[in-house]
Amino acid sequence: MERVHCLELIYPEIEDKLVVTIMGACAQELYDLGHRENFFYLQHAMGLASSIGLGLANHLPHERVIVLDGDGSALMNLGTFTTLARYRPRNLLHIIFDNGSLLSTGGFESHTTSGVTDLAAIARGAGIEHAVAVDSPMAFGEAFVEAMERDDLGVIVARVDAVGPDNYGMDFALPENAFRFRRCVQERRAATGWEPPPQPGHASGA
Amino acid sequence: MTVSYENSKAVFDGIKAAGIRSISALPETWLGLLLQRAEDDPEVDLIQVAKEEEAVGVAAGAYFAGEPHILLMQNHGFFAAMNGIISLAQLYSVPLCMLIAVRGHWGEPYPWHTRGGIVTEGLLQALNIPYHHARDPALVAKEIAEAYTLSQSSLSPVALLLTRDLMEV
Repeated sequence: MERVHCLELIYPEIEDKLVVTIMGACAQELYDLGHRENFFYLQHAMGLASSIGLGLANHLPHERVIVLDGDGSALMNLGTFTTLARYRPRNLLHIIFDNGSLLSTGGFESHTTSGVTDLAAIARGAGIEHAVAVDSPMAFGEAFVEAMERDDLGVIVARVDAVGPDNYGMDFALPENAFRFRRCVQERRAATGWEPPPQPGHASGA
Repeated sequence: MTVSYENSKAVFDGIKAAGIRSISALPETWLGLLLQRAEDDPEVDLIQVAKEEEAVGVAAGAYFAGEPHILLMQNHGFFAAMNGIISLAQLYSVPLCMLIAVRGHWGEPYPWHTRGGIVTEGLLQALNIPYHHARDPALVAKEIAEAYTLSQSSLSPVALLLTRDLMEV
């Protein structure tokens, strides 16, 4: 199974969700399917996509937050499973594409190669009740639908081939992505009737 | 030496007076009474992380959500968070308002804190993170508000250093 096929499968469902993706192949494949203003691409700081997702989900209970992670990134922040389990944001789905490889940096084997380390078992051991591992498009699709119907924190570890896109590039700078993503999130929040809290220092003007 | 109950309250009250209700933190001795207040306050949303770098992600998420947020950590936690500070906050122009307990400096009796205390300011300077030492409980609320304001206007990490003078009695 290829990650890009998984992304194609869920794209119609996630295109209106708040999506935080990791760097490299995963980010590019999502972008190539069609960028949306509600997508944030974390092109560095490996491991923190799920932490950003927690910060979003925690303050935006009316939104569904989808984190697209990888085995290499997740291995750099295993503590995130324990933090997610403790605070259990019910509107967060954490998808980890496990290709057993540090693909973007030359394809070195990761600790999950050949099933040595089981990320879904780690997530369950951390206290995340709904953590499943899948290795076929059918099983991935079913797990995704179940997760979206369930009002709870979920982790899906999808075993995928270590392949990525041929070309890389996006038509905006990284801070621009952050600015536009934030604006999009706040416009959506405002549409629910929410008013931003007063910002210290802003009242006094220039 | 014990942690100052009154001054921990002054810091907590300063955070709330700055309009901040969202906190991420990793507990440490000097922050203990402060975090206890945060945990007990129904108005405050506290996320305790397993490692300080997570808090940079949580802070970015809160920022995108439009929620004023502050990070509480020890200086050794600041070291542990450094890649996130550089490659998320600074790379993407995401503001961070960090309250950092500076252990291992003037008057430090515990050897294990000293290496970190000695290098903290140099590392803040190397990262171009503006910092200020908070020593006086009468000023700390103003200093927290100023740190937060600068982080938002500069879209950068800013550090308010909680010193021994402030945190211990």
